[in-house]
Amino acid sequence: MATTPAPAQNRSSVRTLLRLWPYVRPVRARLFTAAFVAILASCVGLVIPLVLKWLVDGPVADRDPAGVGLGALYLLLLGFAEALLFGLRRWLVARPLSHVEASMRAALYRRLQRLPVAFHDRWASGQLLSRGTTDLMLLRMFLAFPLTFLLVNGVTIVVGVVIMLLQDWTLGLVILGPAVPVMVTCVIFEKRYAEVARLAQDQVGDLTTVVEESVLGIRVIKGFGRHRNQARAFSDLSGTLRGTELRKARLLATIWGVIVTLPEVAIGAALVVGVVQVADGGLSAGTLVAFLSTALALRWPVESIGFLLAMSQEAATATERYFEVMDEDVEEAGAAAAAEGSRSAGRNGWARTAARSIVATEPGERGLRFDDVRFRYPDAPPGSPPVLDGVDLHIRPGESMALVGATGSGKTTLTALIPRLYELTSGRITLDGVDITALSAQDLRAKVAVAFEEPTLFSAPVGDNVLMGAQDTAGPADLERALSVAQAGFVYALPQGTDTQVGEQGLSLSGGQRQRLALARAVVGQPEFLVLDDPLSALDVRTEAAVEAALRHVLADTTALIVAHRPSTVLLADRVALLSGGRIAAVGTHHELLRTSAEYAHLMSADRSGKEEGAR
Amino acid sequence: MTAATTAPADQEPEDRPTDGDPFDRDVLPTPPGATAALLRSLLAPLRARVSVTTLLLLLQQAVVQAGPLLVAYAIDRAVPAFRAGDHGPLVVVAAGYLACALAAGGLQFAFVAAAARVSQDVLLDLRGRIFRHAQALSVDFHERYTSGRLISRSTTDVESLRELLDEGLQELVTVILSFVYISAMLLWLDLGLGGVALASFVPLYALVRLYQRRAGRVYRARSTAIAAVIVKFVETMNGIRPVRAFRREAVNDADFAVLNQRHERTNGDALLEMARYVTGSRLVANTAVAAIVLWGAYRVADGTLALGVLAAAVLYLRRLYDPIDRLGMFLNSYQSAAASLEKIAGLLAQTPSVPEPSAPRQLPPAGEHPGREVVFDGVRFGYRTGGEVLPRFDLTIPAGQTVAVVGSTGAGKSTLAKLLARFYDPSDGRVLLDGVDLRDLAVPELRRAVVMVTQEAFLFSGTVAENIAVGRPDAGREEIERAAKEIGAHDFISALPDGYDTDVRKRGGRISAGQRQLVAFARALLADPAVLILDEATSSLDIPGERAVQRAMATVLKGRTAVVIAHRLSTVEIADRVLVMEQGKIVEDGEPAELVAGTGRFADLHRAWRDSLA
Repeated sequence: MATTPAPAQNRSSVRTLLRLWPYVRPVRARLFTAAFVAILASCVGLVIPLVLKWLVDGPVADRDPAGVGLGALYLLLLGFAEALLFGLRRWLVARPLSHVEASMRAALYRRLQRLPVAFHDRWASGQLLSRGTTDLMLLRMFLAFPLTFLLVNGVTIVVGVVIMLLQDWTLGLVILGPAVPVMVTCVIFEKRYAEVARLAQDQVGDLTTVVEESVLGIRVIKGFGRHRNQARAFSDLSGTLRGTELRKARLLATIWGVIVTLPEVAIGAALVVGVVQVADGGLSAGTLVAFLSTALALRWPVESIGFLLAMSQEAATATERYFEVMDEDVEEAGAAAAAEGSRSAGRNGWARTAARSIVATEPGERGLRFDDVRFRYPDAPPGSPPVLDGVDLHIRPGESMALVGATGSGKTTLTALIPRLYELTSGRITLDGVDITALSAQDLRAKVAVAFEEPTLFSAPVGDNVLMGAQDTAGPADLERALSVAQAGFVYALPQGTDTQVGEQGLSLSGGQRQRLALARAVVGQPEFLVLDDPLSALDVRTEAAVEAALRHVLADTTALIVAHRPSTVLLADRVALLSGGRIAAVGTHHELLRTSAEYAHLMSADRSGKEEGAR
Repeated sequence: MTAATTAPADQEPEDRPTDGDPFDRDVLPTPPGATAALLRSLLAPLRARVSVTTLLLLLQQAVVQAGPLLVAYAIDRAVPAFRAGDHGPLVVVAAGYLACALAAGGLQFAFVAAAARVSQDVLLDLRGRIFRHAQALSVDFHERYTSGRLISRSTTDVESLRELLDEGLQELVTVILSFVYISAMLLWLDLGLGGVALASFVPLYALVRLYQRRAGRVYRARSTAIAAVIVKFVETMNGIRPVRAFRREAVNDADFAVLNQRHERTNGDALLEMARYVTGSRLVANTAVAAIVLWGAYRVADGTLALGVLAAAVLYLRRLYDPIDRLGMFLNSYQSAAASLEKIAGLLAQTPSVPEPSAPRQLPPAGEHPGREVVFDGVRFGYRTGGEVLPRFDLTIPAGQTVAVVGSTGAGKSTLAKLLARFYDPSDGRVLLDGVDLRDLAVPELRRAVVMVTQEAFLFSGTVAENIAVGRPDAGREEIERAAKEIGAHDFISALPDGYDTDVRKRGGRISAGQRQLVAFARALLADPAVLILDEATSSLDIPGERAVQRAMATVLKGRTAVVIAHRLSTVEIADRVLVMEQGKIVEDGEPAELVAGTGRFADLHRAWRDSLA
């Protein structure tokens, strides 16, 4: 009765685990050999009681010293064989399984680096990390123990039962009695355990996120003296996790209880029946000893099934969690899918692009062009207005355009679309007439350099951090030029100059210093297209003026889009575009817009208020 | 083997400039015995429950071990008795076995449940300790330790203790119990056989020690290796945008592969150590079994040993060595946990460089102004990287004054702010708030009085309202909204999908940098401090945003003492006083108008800024 849902559940767990095959495949020979060796070792373990029986019934009973010696020798040889086989099994899988774990982790890291940025917005990095660490460790343990031992113990149990049946079939049947109830319990248990295990693993991920945030936000927490609140949030979560773990433990305890009791009852029954048979003379004492010895030897394999199933279940959950990430479409595929979404338009667009790339020299097409660009975040609630709703903008080749708009008007979003960190909802962006979706991400990003609002430095030498914006051929001369543009001469005064380690595992630099390095990184490769998101916000006035002077040279022949909050930054650009209500509301020079656009004047009117303040 | 484990340590000085720094090598100094002391202190409060759990396990084992005894009894007594028509002994056997079976199952259930409670309570305690301690450590510690390592300490390292508690401890108790119990049984059955069995423990013990030594080394290396993997992982995921935009994927893959492979190697080393141990211990055990059987069989043949005794002894013998693998598993989890605990103990042994006062003082009651007087009295400060940032610094800010601090990068402006917020303590001298040394103020008192808003406006996952409430957790929704309105953040927050209840998700991905700074300001307004420090806190705001902040400072925060570090001189103009800093010294000090009119540096700066406004 209970078997109907059971196989389905079984299969789905098994099916999940089967997805590990591609990673296990390269080491399959060793893994299978190891499993075979393990079975062999178990068989040897089962033969030892038989030798004991033979010894007791034969030479010992016959008082035959030579026979006893021979028996002991057999025992010794079997013992050696068993020990060596045990060791061999472990030796066979030690390196390969570490390799499977490592290769799965590398694949996860690889995939995560290539998943759309929108994916990362959605997923807390703690959840990703817990997949890359604890989940993969669970999987390695699964491959090392439960997988092999479910097989080995299964075979051991079958062989043991056959041996027992051969020795005495009535006793054998008595021993087999509890098999069905044990199996039913296991099936019920497995289903419940799966749910709780998944919950626990997810909660571990949440906990990881809190730990991470509490470190990244340490200045805020300290600044407001909120570490107690943070600690409370943490202890609430870890308390919940404890509760889940205890539920898991209770399930495990139940299965243990059942799996210990039932076989033991069967052995007791077999003992009683056996004693009666021996007394009747239907059975030799030696056979009974051997039989019970076998039965007791099987106790561990049977008992272990409970926790082996639990571990397998956790492994299945870990696999599920792992593939949740691995099944996400990577960026390129995402782009293709997006193009497919508006199929006919996409096809036409493609054809047009192809046609255009031939006549790309047509003046109106060159430069950076936004064509009716609409964008809403993929995870935005349905019905909410798009962030960008029909942006049309043309930045001519060599021209620099400032992008101005109120806080939250979508300026940063717009800049993120150019290197395709997000995919357009509709419309096109073209670089010299070529649709950005027609370029590979690598080519596109080689053409477009970005300085982000948040200047992130990686744990690497300062020089490398800057040079990562250039081709591999870039050398010290390029570095020097970029650093001088960004007025980042402070780098040479660092303890190890341009080799100074910065980033999370290095020297911490001030916001202004990081911003200048991010700027240097953007200009070092002399890109065709430059996107600067509020690049001078953290600089002091004098540095800002110097950077501006140097940037003017760079911008003279670079097509650039510069997000700006200040007149000083705006003045770097040839023209200004005002982003408002998801559209470009006005384009012109700074002075034109000051006159013609009230909104622009409002956004840039520090001048007036400054005078008022100054006049006080 | 040895080469593999020492190699990474040897390479370190080449990769990293500061080879002597324990932070770089992820090995914080641990006082001797700290690891064991940590484990003890974790288990001490649970002593009673640990005892009960152990007792359950003892009983369970006793019941399980009764099995063979009943077998011996059945063969030696029940069979002849049954033959003689006496069913009594057989009934005893049957009842005994049934009772044992039920008791074994029941006790097993009780034990597993009890052990899980102990284990989970220890983990809860340990996780909490790591977290609280990390939170108590000062900002300069976090700047060096990296979030990845801290995550590693509270996830993978805690996980290995969990393995020890969940499986290891049970294994250990089971192993010791069955060793003791079975040895006793064997000795009771026959002194000679038992003696031989005990003798076999000598080589086993030697093996265990050898394994412990070797595995300890391997596991320490492994724990360091996984932490390095995590650090890289976290860094990449947090910087995914620049990673993408600068096509770092392939380079990162390669870097990650190196770290990942180092972990793979140490992991393999650990498994191989285990393989060696298992082989060795099995060899010893099986040899002992063969020897004992041989000897026993001769004695049965001699007639000096009963057949039933030998049969029982043989059954016990197999069981005597069965737990050897489990002992291996225990040692395995023990070594792994020891390596992790050592790292955790190293973290917990770090003392905050900004300690809480042992005898906190109260601030005097606020005067007519809500603001308080700030005094830097002969303050010196230098970072660990060397170089004195502030060479002897004196400054008095009267209560209620708004001071703007300007100067180029590295002039010491942020240091000034961090000292005032007590993120650091001065190496010499005192920072006084209404005459009270900041070091004498309890943290809650200090944080109520002094609030700092920085350029990096970090948002925690949770709603916008929750993020503002960081300023004052007991604030109601109305107060939160008022703060947001005063700073000009209400409009954009209301426009979010769920208004104030919108989840900012991961690091506020969908809220622009400027909006984040507004939220950070709303926090500060809500906190309503006596002293407000703004360190570049308006850098990403647009001009209307900046004006809103200035308005709020002139109205809501009127009368507070404020220290404003800003590059935008627009902010400076609301100041009562301007300080120009250079190389840790104040080079100009005066009212804005006065300085502008002069010929000093500020006048230059101001002219440059005017020009920039064009």
